[in-house]
Amino acid sequence: PHHVRCVENVKLLDRYTNRKAANGTLYLTATHLIYVDASAEVRKEIWILHHHIATVEKLPLTTAGYPLLIHCKNFHVAHFVIGQERDCHEVYTSLLKLSQPVKSEELYAFSYNPKMSKENREIGWKLIDLKVDYQRMGIPNDYWEITDVNKDYEVCNTYPPEIVVPRAANKAVVIGSSRFRSRGRIPVLSYLYKENNAAICRCSQPLSGFSARCLEDEQMLQAIREANPGSPFMYVVDTRPKLNAMANRAAGKGYENEDNYDNIRFKFIGIENIHVMRNSLQKLLEVCEMKSPSMSDFLTGLENSGWLRHIKAVMDAGVFLAKAVKDEKASVLVHCSDGWDRTAQVCSLASLLLDPFYRTFKGFMVLIEKEWIAMGHKFSHRCGHLDGDPKEVSPVFTQFIECVWQLMQQFPCAFEFNERFLLEIHDHVYSCQFGNFLGTCHKEREDLKIFEKTHSLWPFLLQKKQELRNPLYRGFTAYKELQPNTLPFSFQFWCGMYNRFDKGMHPKQCVLDHLLSSMSQKMKLEDNASELENVKQPSSCCAVVLAAAEPCWHSTVPQHSRLIPRGQYAGGGQGFGRGRS
Amino acid sequence: MEFSELIKTATVESVLLSCVGLPAVKGTLCITSHHLLLSSCPGGDSQPGTLELWLLIRNVDAVEKRIAGSSGTITLRCKDLKVLQLEIPGMEECLNIASSIEALSSVDSVMMMYPFFYRPQSLKLEEGWHLFPLEQYFQRIASQTSQWRLSDVNRDFTTCPTYPPTVIVPAAVDDDTLQKAARFRQGGRFPVLSYYHCKNGTAMLRSSQPLTGPNRKRCREDEMLLGTILDEGERGFIIDTRSAQAAKQARMMGGGTEPKSSYPQWRRLHRPLERGRPLQESFIKLVEACNDTSINMDRWLSRLESCRWLSHVKAALSTACLAAQCLDREEASVLVHGAEGTDTTLLVTALAQVILDPSCRTLAGFQGLLEREWIEAGHPFHLRCARSAYSHARLKQEAPLFLLFLDCVWQLSRQFPFSLEFSEHLLLTLFDNAYASAYGTFLCNNEKERCLCKVRESTHALWAWLNQPGEKKKYLNPLYSHNALVIWPSVEPQSIQLWQGLFFRWIRSSQYLDEAWAEVQRLAEGGDPPVKESVESRLSRSLSDPAAQTENGR
Repeated sequence: PHHVRCVENVKLLDRYTNRKAANGTLYLTATHLIYVDASAEVRKEIWILHHHIATVEKLPLTTAGYPLLIHCKNFHVAHFVIGQERDCHEVYTSLLKLSQPVKSEELYAFSYNPKMSKENREIGWKLIDLKVDYQRMGIPNDYWEITDVNKDYEVCNTYPPEIVVPRAANKAVVIGSSRFRSRGRIPVLSYLYKENNAAICRCSQPLSGFSARCLEDEQMLQAIREANPGSPFMYVVDTRPKLNAMANRAAGKGYENEDNYDNIRFKFIGIENIHVMRNSLQKLLEVCEMKSPSMSDFLTGLENSGWLRHIKAVMDAGVFLAKAVKDEKASVLVHCSDGWDRTAQVCSLASLLLDPFYRTFKGFMVLIEKEWIAMGHKFSHRCGHLDGDPKEVSPVFTQFIECVWQLMQQFPCAFEFNERFLLEIHDHVYSCQFGNFLGTCHKEREDLKIFEKTHSLWPFLLQKKQELRNPLYRGFTAYKELQPNTLPFSFQFWCGMYNRFDKGMHPKQCVLDHLLSSMSQKMKLEDNASELENVKQPSSCCAVVLAAAEPCWHSTVPQHSRLIPRGQYAGGGQGFGRGRS
Repeated sequence: MEFSELIKTATVESVLLSCVGLPAVKGTLCITSHHLLLSSCPGGDSQPGTLELWLLIRNVDAVEKRIAGSSGTITLRCKDLKVLQLEIPGMEECLNIASSIEALSSVDSVMMMYPFFYRPQSLKLEEGWHLFPLEQYFQRIASQTSQWRLSDVNRDFTTCPTYPPTVIVPAAVDDDTLQKAARFRQGGRFPVLSYYHCKNGTAMLRSSQPLTGPNRKRCREDEMLLGTILDEGERGFIIDTRSAQAAKQARMMGGGTEPKSSYPQWRRLHRPLERGRPLQESFIKLVEACNDTSINMDRWLSRLESCRWLSHVKAALSTACLAAQCLDREEASVLVHGAEGTDTTLLVTALAQVILDPSCRTLAGFQGLLEREWIEAGHPFHLRCARSAYSHARLKQEAPLFLLFLDCVWQLSRQFPFSLEFSEHLLLTLFDNAYASAYGTFLCNNEKERCLCKVRESTHALWAWLNQPGEKKKYLNPLYSHNALVIWPSVEPQSIQLWQGLFFRWIRSSQYLDEAWAEVQRLAEGGDPPVKESVESRLSRSLSDPAAQTENGR
């Protein structure tokens, strides 16, 4: 029973300009809060997905009415003023309920129906196949194998069924090592740099305490090191600050003792934990929301938030990994505490720096599926999909996305996609509209039957490729490894993310749109030209095969960037638009 | 004075030149009257692959020497912010070279400067000096209204020594009144027309502060001059670029501001803008922070904040927007002044015109604006740009107002990437040339001095060089399309960025950004990718002085 209602005479305050507040109607549907501005000459609508709502606050009564302040997870802030106290309260309580579902089944993905055939939906889920990526790296090979030792989640219930481990590590070593690693998250391969056999591996912290050892774990690390015969040593990188790691020893966890493992070089990197990051983002957002701050207020606030310091720490770690692999030809084993937050950030960033494939549309999707989704980054907890422990929420994935954006600023021609692609992904990590980011790990997604009941995000994004592409992309072969500058000045505040909805702050003319449209015009001309060519020549069968390989999503998905089709609203379905229900 | 007296050692062999981000080069170092040359090829004939340094000695801002054993290292910090290092075998040679450079770079006599000696064959001396006559600018206004006239009251620079011979003034005011009004304004800078807003007939004027003094003196002619601009019942705005407090204090020194009682139709707005020493110090601190590669993120942000450069950018843009708003939205005329009327005043009036007037946003129009609102308007370039951010010399009258203006224009170009016909490259070139140049355009402090030094007769104009077809292309923005509208920038801190292209020009590699720019050019022009420059030519370009390169190409 969807509770749909509407409230008239609602004002929407503009945070930055002193323009007259908009006046309009607020609608609550099953999935969205919609505001229709009646005072504008052109019909203006604001759609806010309930899942995107982070907080709803009632502010003290003003002369204009009862203010309701909504903060969204995609950094949209909406400040409404409602005439009647009763209306305000009702909207408030409804939004609280709607924005914090208790059960997974209530998530949007389970009701989202783009009217797509079952077959296409299934093809959609198969679009990203991690095995293909391992093949691309040349795995299986003499040193590495894909094993199904975890098929029943007996080794590790937060890892996927198939993992890549050294051939030299037999089942006993794997099982033994898993007992010595927090939550059984054993060292597995994240990325193999084919050029020199150096590998990036990831795991959780060892249960070493002050003195414990584990022969199998030591053998596991030896096997990883020996899988790279070109290097006499390997790095073990603990991405935590040293103090945090030391504190863990008292709890029977900790870090590797260099004396117990042959030929490892141990190193702390010092990325802060999820709680520090959550507080840092909170402070950053407070800075972004200041009303007419001075330059000093802003810069001081930016500094005090520590946000860019954390972004730099993650980037520095990624750069360290990439350099170790490429320049020192050494394999690296990375962990933090559980190996699903900082480890995911650092490993995926290093892959992105080393391999141009991950800078393509398809490659970036693979990277997220591989390092984040499959390896058990707890999206559900970190994004607060369900009503749960607020201390589990943390912008770990946001930081990764920002690091990619920072790289785009330094290497404008190295990525196939543009900033909007990053923002789309970031939106959907929180939207729960697609199944990819639900739950906390592969096992949980199976239990939720997301592969049967929901859609995958990736085909929907591929279908919008035209508007998400980077017109300056110079192709796959233009740049190999990226070596970003990591001096502090190279990191910029990302206005397009944290003040994304404050349009007034952005450049008033958009180079991206301009280049995209001149590109699409050019492509149309070329298409026309090639059509003429095709009339003359028999159609090439190659083109037909290519077209059939990717299913056509076109007819089933709305074209615009909204999260649900606008037509639903225009049709007046579900009873909104009729005044009070 | 003979230059040769200043040169103690003219050539040294086996000097190692290094510069951040470029491979070191060994070669013969040679000092001439105006240049420091380094050729990696002993014969001196440049061959493909040989690196040459042609550094205008005027560009050297600070010379630091370090002696270790029998050799020494000289660090040259340039006014364009680049830093070069020379490793010189031989202690004596090192000391001699250092003191020669110091002596040559501090020659202060205008007529001894390089522009008076520079004679490129591709240009004629008189070219580019009379591209933007005020008469022509006035014709545009005269075709709309008869309220303004050209006056040559200052033809012999006696009414105002820092104004050009011809100015635009209200038609209803005769030269006699102007002369009297001039006596009531500091330095004789009486209110003149800076910009006429065709859209609604409002005008922007500029002047210096009135000399009201402690006894609140009045001047009937000055009041009349300003009075004729406004019709009955009309209101105008005076934007004073000092704080109300500072303006009040100026009375004790004989200056002051327009009291409401004597100028009843004018409303005063105070928008304090930094200038003089604090602004120079802000520039120095920013450059220091940019060059400190050892600082962490927090330290960087706090130094960026405490140098206050971006605050000055924000304040300048805000004030220019205010002036533009008065004209365009309030439909009211505006008078802008600070104290002398040669610094922040020009910053505001020039910037407001870029915001309001599409014809100032073309390559030619922008040159005209600089000529009219900075050079002829008497911004003392010689004093303000004598030293840049590295100099250890005691500060005299240096202040980077022109750089601040260029930075603000860069901010506009970032927010309106299609609306300016010229690119960042032009702004960088203007910065370089304002501080050290082969051309006479930015020499001297005002037109009177330029006349005395015969700058127009004896030096080449920068514009002549810039506007050569082959050269001009480099300064154009491939995305430009005419935009007739006012370009209102956002002045929120989130919208203002540090100008990396200038402050990090010699610190970070720009390879990937250059490639992106070439890609933009290719897409915008729909043509083939530009011919790839060889690494050598890129290196030699980044090392050498553009003007010298032209000379070298003879």
